[in-house]
Amino acid sequence: MSSEGRVRKRLTSRTASLVAIVIAVLWTTPTFGLLISSFRPELEIKTNGWWNFFGDPQVTMANYEEVLLNQGLLSYFINSLVITIPSVLFPVAFSAMAAYALAWTRFRGRDWIFIGIFALQIVPLQMALIPMLQMLSPVQEALIWPYPTATVWLAHTCFALPLGIFLLHNFISELPGDVIEAARVDGASHARIFRQVVLPLIVPALASFGIFQFLWVWNDLLVGLVFAGGGPDNAPLTVRLAEMAGSRGQEWQRLTAGAFVSIVVPLIVFLSLQRYFVRGLLAGSVKG
Amino acid sequence: MSFDFAIEGEKLMMLVYGIIGFAAVMGLLLLALGKVDSPKDRWVAIGFLAPAGILLSIGLIYPAIRTLTLSFFDSSSTSFVGLDNYVWMFTHAETRETLRNTALWVLLVPTLSTAVGLLYAVLVDRTRFESFAKSLIFMPMAISFVGAGIIWSFVYAYRPTESDQIGLANQLVVWLGGEPQQWLLEDPWNTMFLIAVLVWIQAGFAMVVLSAAIKAIPSEITEAARLDGVTSSQMFWRVTVPSIRPALIVVLVTISVGTLKVFDVVRTMTGGQFRTSVIANEMYNYAFRYDEDGKGAALAVFLFLLVTPIVFYQVRLVRQRRKEAR
Repeated sequence: MSSEGRVRKRLTSRTASLVAIVIAVLWTTPTFGLLISSFRPELEIKTNGWWNFFGDPQVTMANYEEVLLNQGLLSYFINSLVITIPSVLFPVAFSAMAAYALAWTRFRGRDWIFIGIFALQIVPLQMALIPMLQMLSPVQEALIWPYPTATVWLAHTCFALPLGIFLLHNFISELPGDVIEAARVDGASHARIFRQVVLPLIVPALASFGIFQFLWVWNDLLVGLVFAGGGPDNAPLTVRLAEMAGSRGQEWQRLTAGAFVSIVVPLIVFLSLQRYFVRGLLAGSVKG
Repeated sequence: MSFDFAIEGEKLMMLVYGIIGFAAVMGLLLLALGKVDSPKDRWVAIGFLAPAGILLSIGLIYPAIRTLTLSFFDSSSTSFVGLDNYVWMFTHAETRETLRNTALWVLLVPTLSTAVGLLYAVLVDRTRFESFAKSLIFMPMAISFVGAGIIWSFVYAYRPTESDQIGLANQLVVWLGGEPQQWLLEDPWNTMFLIAVLVWIQAGFAMVVLSAAIKAIPSEITEAARLDGVTSSQMFWRVTVPSIRPALIVVLVTISVGTLKVFDVVRTMTGGQFRTSVIANEMYNYAFRYDEDGKGAALAVFLFLLVTPIVFYQVRLVRQRRKEAR
């Protein structure tokens, strides 16, 4: 490389780093500011900017106490957990079964069913909400079901299946065919092959879809709002937070701490399992 | 203090029952399927597909058809009104504003997120702190739209000129010698500031997918270009961008579909007031707050129609891939 070229290269790499740093700062500062603020006393948050914290650090846990106990976010946190765990488990299992059938059993119309399910991914959530609610509320009343949580599980499971089947099918169909054929020849049933051969091999794929679904359900507002109602008995964190943002938009000491309570779980899941999440993303798809 | 251990315990029991019930169903189903196994796969396949098939029928297929029908009926779903709901959608002033806003979202969010994601992916590619640098941009993907809405509402917070600013955006303006702004109140700029939030969330997705595509470019190609002495910008436009075209399309399409349905950001930050509403938000309002099922359904169907071309395109891709695989 000529010396002129080298100089130019260094210059571009310097501006390149600068641009990268600017983007990185822009992308992290808002969250960082919120985190700092959530630990500042109410009066401080409301009268001066969080950047003043570094000149005059005052730390308090009062905001967290206030939102978790007095504002009841702890209850909503539990609701979110109760909603999320089954809403991840069910679709992962059902998708794996369906994906196995679509990849390794032979029957007429198989490809069309697969394409049909794939296409269902694009049906917007919004298309399903009104009839599903109309259908489920009489069932709920008839059963005198005190917790609509089960309806939320059902809704999330239905909406997750097209993506789940598509993603898992991509992995399952790429398993070595001779392993499965050999097991068939040995007289193993499909149910047994699925349990003992396929499931152990697709654990990473299950994990990546599981994380995807976890983040989706934990962060969902629309399904929670429509199916869980607004009360502390069933509604997830997001519903309560959205409500607080709407009605108490200036109570920053609550909003900052509340937002962090909702962010912390997905952030931990995300940071510890990022590898699987990225793999799921790269398997490439569209979420309805 | 509003924390009652009895109530919370009951909820957790719900969770336990749900999981036990699920485990029982799965266990029995697999047991039964092990028994019916025959050389003909058909019955076993039906068994494997049954849970997903039933749920998809009651949770997506039937509701989608029903929504389509409801969109031709009035607010109480009793009398047929033909295309009235659709005519309303395109003539009513407020809804037209909603359509305009949605168009802005769909134009800007995919292009801006992809641009930022691509730029950043190229800049940090093969640098020392690459994976750390990528996590920083990627992190907003783990945050709920509601959480992101609160984070950014705080950035946009407004205080009158005479008092100290608490929002970063206005503080920057003040430092630069300007007047603090009510970012979220003035149309049409407020929509732009909401759009920035979704760009903030989606850029990480674009970055990850595009970064993987960049790494998959064969090194012979980049080496050859480098030997020819191309500048970095030539490298970017003539080598990188053409090589990752398929990934770029996937990213643009995926973000567009997601953007069409944007709901949480708008609802959390402005509630759709100050002329910032979008289709998905109005759909929610009409269907679940104003009890106007017909109009809500029509808005949902319209959303569906907007994404249909994308379905066709993707179905074609998937069918090609399945043919090649055989």
